[in-house]
Amino acid sequence: MDLTLRVWRQESPEAEGRFETYRAVDVQPDMSFLEMLDILNEKLLTSGFEPIAFDHDCREGICGSCGVMINGQAHGPQRNTATCQLHMREFSDGDTLVIEPWRATNFPIIRDLVVDRSPFDRIITAGGYISAPTGSAPEANLIPVPKETSDAAMDAAACIGCGACVAACPNGAAQLFTAAKVAHLNLLPQGGPERRSRVERMVETMEEYFGSCTNHGECESACPKGISLDNIALMNREYLLSKIRSR
Amino acid sequence: MENQNGLDAKVPTGAINERWENHLADINLVSPANKRRFTIIVVGTGLAGASAAATLGELGYQVKAFTFHDSGRRAHSIAAQGGINAAKNYPNDGDSIHRLFYDTVKGGDYRSRESNVYRLAQLSVEIIDQCVAQGVPFAREYGGLLSNRSFGGAQVSRTFYARGQTGQQLLLGAYQAMMRQVDLGTVELFTQTEMLDVVVKDGQAVGIITRDLIDGTIDSHAGHAVVLATGGYSNVYFLSTNAMKSNVTAVWRAHRQGAWFANPCYTQIHPTCIPPSDEFQSKLTLMSESLRNDGRIWVPSRSGDPRPAEEIPDADRDYYLERRYPAFGNLVPRDVASRAAKLEVDGGKGVGPLQNGVYLDFADALGRLGEDTVRERYGNLFDMYQRITGEDPYLTPMRIYPAMHYTMGGLWVDYNLMTTIPGLYALGEANFSDHGANRLGASALMQGLADGYFVIPYTLGGYLAPRLGEKTVPTTDPVFEETRSRVRWRIEGYLTGGGTRSPDWFHRELGKTLWEHCGMERNADGLRQAISAIESLKEEFDHDLLVPGDGHSLNQSLEKAGRVDDFLELGRLMCIDALHREESCGGHFRIEHQTEDGEAERDDDNFSYVAAWGWTNGEEPILNKEPLEFEYVRPSRRSYK
Repeated sequence: MDLTLRVWRQESPEAEGRFETYRAVDVQPDMSFLEMLDILNEKLLTSGFEPIAFDHDCREGICGSCGVMINGQAHGPQRNTATCQLHMREFSDGDTLVIEPWRATNFPIIRDLVVDRSPFDRIITAGGYISAPTGSAPEANLIPVPKETSDAAMDAAACIGCGACVAACPNGAAQLFTAAKVAHLNLLPQGGPERRSRVERMVETMEEYFGSCTNHGECESACPKGISLDNIALMNREYLLSKIRSR
Repeated sequence: MENQNGLDAKVPTGAINERWENHLADINLVSPANKRRFTIIVVGTGLAGASAAATLGELGYQVKAFTFHDSGRRAHSIAAQGGINAAKNYPNDGDSIHRLFYDTVKGGDYRSRESNVYRLAQLSVEIIDQCVAQGVPFAREYGGLLSNRSFGGAQVSRTFYARGQTGQQLLLGAYQAMMRQVDLGTVELFTQTEMLDVVVKDGQAVGIITRDLIDGTIDSHAGHAVVLATGGYSNVYFLSTNAMKSNVTAVWRAHRQGAWFANPCYTQIHPTCIPPSDEFQSKLTLMSESLRNDGRIWVPSRSGDPRPAEEIPDADRDYYLERRYPAFGNLVPRDVASRAAKLEVDGGKGVGPLQNGVYLDFADALGRLGEDTVRERYGNLFDMYQRITGEDPYLTPMRIYPAMHYTMGGLWVDYNLMTTIPGLYALGEANFSDHGANRLGASALMQGLADGYFVIPYTLGGYLAPRLGEKTVPTTDPVFEETRSRVRWRIEGYLTGGGTRSPDWFHRELGKTLWEHCGMERNADGLRQAISAIESLKEEFDHDLLVPGDGHSLNQSLEKAGRVDDFLELGRLMCIDALHREESCGGHFRIEHQTEDGEAERDDDNFSYVAAWGWTNGEEPILNKEPLEFEYVRPSRRSYK
């Protein structure tokens, strides 16, 4: 199939960006979306142009490095699929694809399709952990954890930190990312002792960087790992309880 | 050139089960108040690096941690699917530390260091405790206790797992522990920063040179010790299951500074990957080996059978692993399973549009366990397979084929994980120490975390204690300046090459040569051809490389160029090592050395040693040997029949 690509190009954080149009010809349906970009980049490079910069690494949908807007959708049209796992069989001959970096002011553009997602690390630094220094752990089976609890924690822990939730949100909110980590740790008995300080610090750090949640739910539809909105409800409840109790 | 002396592995004395404990009793300690007077550089934030940085920070050392990713959470450890081994014996099926030790030494085809492997088996137990305390959501039974499954190369169930995302959950645990130390100020994390050289003064590692990938700044960092946890080098083959950015650069530049490189030819092919679909393939995707627990591997009995898999009756199928290895069946170790698949495909029985795979069939498991159970165990893997191939494995068997996956070789380290450069350590896949010539499934995560959480935090003290009061070397020292200018000169070289070919082009060519001659099977003629082909390719690289852009901004082609340059030098050394090792063992299969029924034939009389290669600028590498002694597991021909 032949496609028209309109790709956001921007040399540096300060530079003015613009769309450039490229033709991608003879694209195979079994190719991945990023392989299609690889081929375009190889062509650009050997013709003396700079290739399009984009973040990617594992290409198995787990490292969370990749992610672009494709025709306005974070990670493109296929649900529960990160950009690297998207294959060209999802598109048809003659399609035009508009490819942009994550749309979020709190993720400034570094170059082309690469953005700075470091605020996510700051949220984790503010309590997104269980304090269990090496060597201090009790025997692993000492504390039984009901299977349902453990499964629910795992569902939340599946977040890959790609930032699609923020990119899809009209307010640029990071509630889904933050809530997934709060839920993962607060659901488990091991996370109990730091439950309150964790949710308070994480939420407050999140609010320093990101917009407010107004329940659009776009984050959930864009999430490549199917992280549920229920986590946000859980986080809000934990936050409220914590605030009430500390009064 | 060959050197028989000079390698002291510093293995403690005593009975094998007492060595680590004896060693701990002997190691010099740094008192809590003095730890903050030492700066430790940790390069890489995968399982080994993040766990080391977190633990060293908890102990009170000043840690500087480096990753070329934009966050500490993205290292390739995150992609490990199946699980982590530990000798907990929760299933009560006869597991023990000794059995895990035995399985690992045997699985490694008697080419690993017994004492290291025993320690690994001992520490495995503590790793699980540690990870559970951090909140790693391992799979559990309905009673709330931890669940286990079996894995290749073992006859017990000792693998702990978190769905098909065990690596992700373990890495997030280590990353979060590290970020806690960032919060507390003991760890300073440098993201998007690539290490480009080690600084060595008077024979000791005193710092590193880095490049900021966003603005190109070349920087210097001094430390009392440098810890490399930068992973393996499977990407030398271009097509592998490793992440696209995984590379050998940190390790290779350390090698060029004097760290010996051990067993570079020990590479592992993973038997269950999705076969390539076309020539544009950028990487290969692994399907966890855990699938072999419930999937049955087969090919049509008749080559070129045109029927779709579902229409081929049992009588016309060859379940070749079950037939050839009745005791282990579909759970034979990776090297055995991989070669068996190659044999079938080479014999014309390959399946799929390019006839480049074998079937991994879940029909029996779906019938026996029901779709819900299968979905719970492997749901995410089935989904991933469907996204990539467009086929539904609940309805039709998966197609799989072996791919490059892991490298057992790496920097030579002693029992303390120190390389041949004092003060320079190597952890996890970056070192060579525990897996011999073949690694068992679910053991990489175990080793990365053992090294980072439980070995380096102790052994480092032994090196540092006598250095109390010593200041770090100032980064204005001539040795730093010299190393910095060498790094700059190298980068300038790539940018002003003015050739016509991309870094990827060279990488792809190198990969083809290595896969053909130094892949699943090797022979002397092929290896000689490969060495000369790689030499010409390197020459072409030096003259015909094209890297657009500049060095002062994000330039992914420039990053790639440096990595490919190192891969070219490494690829040559791999072939030299494979050529010198006139035997077959584990992942190193020399077709000249096989038994009548096609199994690997070791030569313990002549090759029971670690081959540690020393870099000589422009000359042939020097071979140093560490003899391997087996006191507790008697080498025998591995049999999985």
